Amino acid sequence: MSTPQPTAPKPQAANPPYRLPPRLFNARCAACWFTLGIVVLVVASFWSLDLQWAAFFSREALGSMGRFVGEFFPPDTSPEFLRKVAVGAWETLAMSALGTGLAAVAGLALALPASRLHEGDAARARSLTRLLLNALRSIPELVWAALLLISAGLGPFAGTLALALHTTGVLGRLFAEAIENAPPGPGTALRTHGVDNGRVFLYATLPQVLPQLMSYTLYRWENNIRAAAVLGVVGAGGLGQLLAFHMGLFQMNKTATVLGAMLLMVAVVDAGSHAARRWLTR
Amino acid sequence: MRPTAPLRAQPAPTRDPAWQGRLFWTVALAVLLWPLAVATEFRPWVLLEPDNLKVTGQFLGSFWPLAHDAEFLAMVARETWRTVAMATAGVTLALGVAIPLTVLNTRVLSISALSGRMARGPFWVRQGIRWLLIVLRSIPELVWALVFVRVVGLGPTAGVLAIALTYGGMLGKVYGEILESGDAHPTETLLRNGGSRLQAFAYGLLPANAAELTSYTVYRWECAIRSSVVLGFVGAGGLGQQLDNSMKMFEGGEVATMLLVFMALVALADRVSAWLRKALG
Repeated sequence: MSTPQPTAPKPQAANPPYRLPPRLFNARCAACWFTLGIVVLVVASFWSLDLQWAAFFSREALGSMGRFVGEFFPPDTSPEFLRKVAVGAWETLAMSALGTGLAAVAGLALALPASRLHEGDAARARSLTRLLLNALRSIPELVWAALLLISAGLGPFAGTLALALHTTGVLGRLFAEAIENAPPGPGTALRTHGVDNGRVFLYATLPQVLPQLMSYTLYRWENNIRAAAVLGVVGAGGLGQLLAFHMGLFQMNKTATVLGAMLLMVAVVDAGSHAARRWLTR
Repeated sequence: MRPTAPLRAQPAPTRDPAWQGRLFWTVALAVLLWPLAVATEFRPWVLLEPDNLKVTGQFLGSFWPLAHDAEFLAMVARETWRTVAMATAGVTLALGVAIPLTVLNTRVLSISALSGRMARGPFWVRQGIRWLLIVLRSIPELVWALVFVRVVGLGPTAGVLAIALTYGGMLGKVYGEILESGDAHPTETLLRNGGSRLQAFAYGLLPANAAELTSYTVYRWECAIRSSVVLGFVGAGGLGQQLDNSMKMFEGGEVATMLLVFMALVALADRVSAWLRKALG
């Protein structure tokens, strides 16, 4: 039995010692739990949905898909149908513009009680109004449209109101944030001179936030044109109604024309907004 | 230099000095709005006609009491899960569309572009992928769903496919923008030193942008939950389809319950996604 030599230095390794990599799973590792959660969610989703891939990828389904796409051609380009599509497109555009305009007015009206206008403002209605705005916002346009059909009847009016309600929720919230974040200086100056709240808003706060409000509104309008195109599927007017109608009757040539018009409209709006933004930020 | 004229005190204007401009814009707006109102058949007084008021009143009155028998609630829970599952499965498949297209599409990973212009072949491949992505995302998911319902029949398959295609297009576009907006230097160095494109992607681009990519994906998942409810309205199953059925039967109580569940679901998804994105930094 050899005696231990306490004074001898620890032998150095020829190479720096390798550290073991961290263990693959560590109970404190947030990323591992995150990944695990996602994997479980995805597996459970696919497992519970009984998706019919077999039906989709069978030769039969592929054949019917091919026939279906084939029926789209040639699109119906007879002048009277094109005129109908043009009317539908104009209706869609008008729905989106009017809906956004109404929403901007209503959003501003609701944004005032939803924001703390100055320091020390009690803003009693703030949380209640924000709750209302959230409720308006969290129900999609299409669901609003389906609900409004009951009282406004089939047609573009229901669609316009549906767009206006949903967009009011979105814009009201954005407007309230903009108003609360406006620089307080001019407002304070007027207020110390005894000007009342309404005039302080009109002459100090509004001019400061107006460009921001306009740009939010234009952005939502762009979104709403896209939304308005499909609102008609539940019967609320515009191109979507034509689409649902002709698809329901299996008139695929006309469906193809309507789809083409929809794509064209989205493309034009995209290009227009791109150009406008380029021009504004030049 | 002439001496400036002495300041004379002007009386404060008694009326709004900008009234002419305001009047002009108000009138111009009214003239512009008129054709819009005609095109949308904008007649608010329709809402106040006695017949309509009666129907609306009855429908709104039937909202309370909320439908709350056990069988109905179990059905709502099942359909809510199906809605979430449709969104999750759809986004997973959308990743399957978006990731390969993004890797093919990213300019930074082009070897020929390292020295001057990109070669013609790769340029047109990238251009083609860009157009494909534009087509995928500019057809609304509702229209995709209408088409797929025709092919595979009613049920969640159509909804999942619709979400997969539209969101594949959106994710592919934004992934490309995220990858190209970052610092390209590490990736370029890897490529110049003989790394393959996949290696450069996995060790150069991905680590630098992973957090942003994940956070955008989580945000899109939240959007997918909202749109999978809407897809139910054309027969893709889930909460939307039940909502549509109950509306057609004028079952106000069921509609109210499902709207509340839906709002809670959206708020929850919003909260979870905000929390995850904050955790990702």
